[in-house]
Amino acid sequence: MSAKLKAAAKQATGLTHEGRAYSTDILNSMHDQMLLIRRFEEKAGQLYGLKKIGGFCHLCNGQEAVPVGVSNAMQDSDYMLTGYRDHGHILARGADPTAIMAELLGRSGGIVKGKGGSMHMFDIDRNFAGGNGIVAEQVPVGLGFGFASWYREDGRVTLCFMGDGAINQGAVYEAFNMAALWKLPVVFVVENNQYAMGTALDRASAETHLFKRGISFKIPGIQIDGMDVLEVERQMSEAIAHARTGKGPFLVEAITYRYRGHSMSDPATYRSREEVEEWRAGRDPIARLQAMMVKAKLATEDEFKQRDRDIKKKVAEISKAAEAMSLPDASELYADVYHDPIASAYPYPDGSN
Amino acid sequence: MSKITFREALNQAMCEEIERDSNVFLMGEEVAEYNGAYKVSQGMLDKFGPKRVIDTPITELGFAGLGVGAAMAGLRPIIEFMTWNFAILAMDQIVNAAAKMLYMSGGQYHVPMVFRGAGGAAARVGAQHSQSLENWVANVPGLKVVMPSTPYDAKGLLKSSIRDNDPVIFIENEICYGDIGEVPDTEYTIPLGKAEIKRTGSDITIVAHSRMVSFALSAAEALAQLGIEAEVVDPRTIKPLDEATILASVAKTNRAITVEEGWRFSGIGAEISARIMEKGFDDLDAPVIRVTGKEVPMPYAENLELMTLPNVSEIVEAARVVCSRA
Repeated sequence: MSAKLKAAAKQATGLTHEGRAYSTDILNSMHDQMLLIRRFEEKAGQLYGLKKIGGFCHLCNGQEAVPVGVSNAMQDSDYMLTGYRDHGHILARGADPTAIMAELLGRSGGIVKGKGGSMHMFDIDRNFAGGNGIVAEQVPVGLGFGFASWYREDGRVTLCFMGDGAINQGAVYEAFNMAALWKLPVVFVVENNQYAMGTALDRASAETHLFKRGISFKIPGIQIDGMDVLEVERQMSEAIAHARTGKGPFLVEAITYRYRGHSMSDPATYRSREEVEEWRAGRDPIARLQAMMVKAKLATEDEFKQRDRDIKKKVAEISKAAEAMSLPDASELYADVYHDPIASAYPYPDGSN
Repeated sequence: MSKITFREALNQAMCEEIERDSNVFLMGEEVAEYNGAYKVSQGMLDKFGPKRVIDTPITELGFAGLGVGAAMAGLRPIIEFMTWNFAILAMDQIVNAAAKMLYMSGGQYHVPMVFRGAGGAAARVGAQHSQSLENWVANVPGLKVVMPSTPYDAKGLLKSSIRDNDPVIFIENEICYGDIGEVPDTEYTIPLGKAEIKRTGSDITIVAHSRMVSFALSAAEALAQLGIEAEVVDPRTIKPLDEATILASVAKTNRAITVEEGWRFSGIGAEISARIMEKGFDDLDAPVIRVTGKEVPMPYAENLELMTLPNVSEIVEAARVVCSRA
């Protein structure tokens, strides 16, 4: 738990979960982060339906507890990388939601100036290093951030996310090996939402207990309930402490579930409506935290309803502000290909290409 | 000036830059304890220790990606591929991560790093160890491609590549590692994107890079015996390409051929001859001819291997054909 969290926990009443105390402020903050992600993703889905967002768009409804729980266990200077289902992660790191929505809309005020879109979100000020569209691309790259921390001895930890599909890529095991060999401060987080696109876990993986995938590399692994934000925060705090104290990498498998299809074009016919309903009704991470807080008399159902209305209103304002932004200027086309522009990257002076 | 080998020139460049900047480190297979598969990193582990000179497992995709992440975090990695043949395993990280990160991140994450190693054919090592891939990487926006032909160029260009803020593909040639050349005793660098005229001439321009520069110079001597004075232009940097120097030479000679070890289809010669056609068409008295490697996987038998690679007499013949056309 970060110093900030500890200080807050002391000064305010809250609740104790599995022996760990959470202040009301922290609980409210995690709740609001998850709800913001949920309503943000719903809005993104609507805007996609209206053809205002293009290309690929992978929503994380249902999975909010993982990025929010992990993020709350991190320090600000720690690095985070993930794959293409990245809206929730960058929001959890505290990036500007309007800039993220503007990115989805391909606007000049987008978080990467309209050049990345849904799959390529970055925020260097929050040490969020993507946003990667090739499955498992971020795993060796994340290893490199961990290497940089080892090289500089800066005490930072890298949180490197992947899905249950990515874990079958060879690159992951190359990274596992070097991370363990050199005891690099990296925590690998597998978001096991049980379907790699449309392929169920047991149709793609010989070993479905993904937390065991580090055993050959002597990487300790645990499986956690990724639908419980407090469990995620608690277990991740321990995993991060392990990495930060020079003990090497750690592997966490968070069991979670996405309510929507793999992407916007996926009707998800590979699973039953009952299955989706079972997860939604029985294990929803936002409803679970709300129930816990109501039971502990930290909030009422009416208060949560009011906060939901407030967040929906905020998301509507975000979306409106983002839609009002201009498209990127044409001069952006050739900017940022190289640090200093090179001649051959440009059209010929007569305008031909 | 001192006379040193190509590999010593590379070694000096890396040592000087590691001394100069604490963010620079060398990583690759056998670079440390073994002193380099081709002895390019000879003595560097002893000099700089295991934090700056790091042996990796045989895991090209993994350590290429590690380099990308380390560069994004602010270090300046030199990632050595024992040969570029093995870099094919790392191509995803080179093309999808290193090359695109600055653009995809809207200018937030720079990737200042060098991927270096031996390219081209060695001798009798067969199809999977003998190929020129510079056209693959030169095609990708975001990458720079450097291919020196002399120890002097190798040292000056590698130092600039390490200091460059973009990912640089630095391709050496195994056959050239033992070549000896003069290198100044004082520090110098050579900017990327500057060609050099290796021999002046008035009758035809021969554009060649890497090991083919020495072939082109030998051909120029043979052509001189025939009364044809060839100008040999070495781009040194494939990307950015110094087309101004090439076009100025063609404006003078009115004729050109290109020479490369790699395959013909969409090769470097295709790009150079297209640019001469697009921008120097009125200067040309004859079409540009490309001398290239034959389009076959490299065979093992000595005679077949020699037939596959470009040779001096092919260059001479191509130049004679171009010069004989009105």
